[in-house]
Amino acid sequence: MIFGVDVASMLLGGVAAGMVLFIVSVGLSVTMGLMGFVNLAHGGFAMLGGYAIALAMRHWGIGFVAALVFGFVVTAAVSAVLERLLYARLYGASELDQVLFTIGLVFMTIASVTLVIGPENQPLALPRILQGQVNLGFTHYRTYSIVLIVIGIVIVGGLWLAFERTRMGAQIRAAVDNRRMAESLGINIARLFTLTFAFGSGMAALGGGLGAEFLGLDPQYALKYLVYFLIVVAVGGLGRVTGVFYAALLIGVLDFVLKKYMPQGGTAFIYGLTILLLLWRPQGLFGAKSA
Amino acid sequence: MMMRIVAPAVVVLALTTSWAHAQEVKVGVNLPYTGIGAEFAQLVDRGMELYLKLNADKVKPYKITLIKRDVKDPGGANAKIAVQELLTQDNVDILAGWIYSPNAIASAPIVSAGKKLAVIMNAGTAHITNMSPYYVRTSFSMWHAGYALGEASAKLLHAKTAVVGYTDFPPGKDSLAAFKKSFEATGGKVIDEIPMGGAGAVPDFTPFFQRAKDKKPDVFFVFVPAGDHAAAVVKTYAALGMRDAGIKLIGPGDITQDTKLQAMGAAAVGLITMHHYHADLDNPENKRFVEAWKKEYGATSTPDFMAVGGYDGMAAIVHVVQTLKGKIETEAALEALKGWKFASPRGPIMIDPVTRDIVMNEYLSEAVMKDGRVFQKTIGKIEAVKDACKEQKIGPCAPK
Repeated sequence: MIFGVDVASMLLGGVAAGMVLFIVSVGLSVTMGLMGFVNLAHGGFAMLGGYAIALAMRHWGIGFVAALVFGFVVTAAVSAVLERLLYARLYGASELDQVLFTIGLVFMTIASVTLVIGPENQPLALPRILQGQVNLGFTHYRTYSIVLIVIGIVIVGGLWLAFERTRMGAQIRAAVDNRRMAESLGINIARLFTLTFAFGSGMAALGGGLGAEFLGLDPQYALKYLVYFLIVVAVGGLGRVTGVFYAALLIGVLDFVLKKYMPQGGTAFIYGLTILLLLWRPQGLFGAKSA
Repeated sequence: MMMRIVAPAVVVLALTTSWAHAQEVKVGVNLPYTGIGAEFAQLVDRGMELYLKLNADKVKPYKITLIKRDVKDPGGANAKIAVQELLTQDNVDILAGWIYSPNAIASAPIVSAGKKLAVIMNAGTAHITNMSPYYVRTSFSMWHAGYALGEASAKLLHAKTAVVGYTDFPPGKDSLAAFKKSFEATGGKVIDEIPMGGAGAVPDFTPFFQRAKDKKPDVFFVFVPAGDHAAAVVKTYAALGMRDAGIKLIGPGDITQDTKLQAMGAAAVGLITMHHYHADLDNPENKRFVEAWKKEYGATSTPDFMAVGGYDGMAAIVHVVQTLKGKIETEAALEALKGWKFASPRGPIMIDPVTRDIVMNEYLSEAVMKDGRVFQKTIGKIEAVKDACKEQKIGPCAPK
């Protein structure tokens, strides 16, 4: 029984961490799959969203849920403007140019946030009801982790429906699979991409806010978790919502278990595993063969 | 290759020309003004500047010029370059700064070669002061708090078992060693040691704390670097229900850093720390210090142990400048500081003439709610504590 409880707490902790990874990374995967655009500044949008949420709660006293909506909208709007003004100019450019541009954007974001808001961590106080422990019958566990798992499942369900059952979703899938063909069928790829990009950034903002309890919020956020987001996308495959979901859960649980039982190894294990996995399946665990 | 030839030449030149401007003392400050340590740099910097401002009459007729260099990160390499440039290009008379231990460790050979008094204002790994004869420390050693807390845990908190969680870099290992040594010497047992990621980024502490909780110790001793780690520690401790499980969270004052404490709110209540300073200390010097700080930097801002490291460090430098009448010669400067006593906001301090490290009081504190804010209540005091690592000549602390 003790062993069972141990495993349960481990799985719950890992899955909750995975949900945060999923919510942040899903936008990155879709935009990468759709346009083949390597957006390293994606973590920056998660950070901006997190800041918008934390600051709105602190300065305007609005509730957590309202702040999440606010963060989503603001970040989606900002990213749509950036996409039209800046990103759109680099769609035809080489991957190196794209990487240089977006990593430059990351550094500018870090510097601007440090300058305007300050280098310190931004506390994000959860509503009282989400704090503390909840009785699950067989064990007590952190309320917020359970809530995150539920939110994550709702989001992945919603996204799956939107992807598989709506016209827009069909257009995105078509564009990911074969952009030229989709374009020649009359799908407006530019508009589709702006919308998807804004939506993905909004999701990242949600992840920034929801994940602040675990990941914190400071100017380095944009860079220090980028590797994790990229690993999730690489393992999950490009442009696949369910792929990203499984990959995020896998990485979340593995990372949690390895840190708990072999803390001496630090984060090295997860990098090692990723390397092995990508050697075996370069297109990711759940990606299509010719991504 | 050029640098190797040029650098010593410039040092020699600097030594021979320093008499020319005897009235001006140049202090080369290395701090991480940007990047992850920027807020620490600001605290130490403000501490130094505040001392200079409040004691302008002591500095006259000499002029102290601070030359500030950004060392960016805890990696060591940038700090080494900054210190070298301060010595060779700016010809400074005194070096000061060092937030991070790895930076002080990496700088040690340069400091030794440059032969200038070097005042460490934060970095706390115990053996650093052994690495160069020119290092003088006005902050603390990890052993000050860690060793004292190990003993207090067994004697005052009646703990039998402890789990230690530490950030995996030199001061973390030091803190673990210090706590373990004295806790086990007084009858306790450390049942698990958990490295919890590096100093560069705040990790998600959940897996590490889950592991600690499963071991069911009496106390959970946590060392994390000051700053944002602490808020995450306190949050995770509360969220995993470790308090209800009867596990006391204890540690050096880094987990209740004054600048972070109020934001933790009620979650911080009950934390027990051992440290040499917190802003709620009740002594006249500290009252004056906190009042002047708030007047200078805003009512919501607060000094903390890092600020005091900078403040006392600058007091040491001003003492040297006064004693040597503005003509800084390194050997004489070191002599002036050996055995130097000062009424610091943290209580009486002295520089140990043998080790060049600080001797000071350690305070056992408990965080309580008082007047709607988190207040650090002093529940015990140990006077004139020396760095136990060097006292007992343990491991790298033994003189070579």
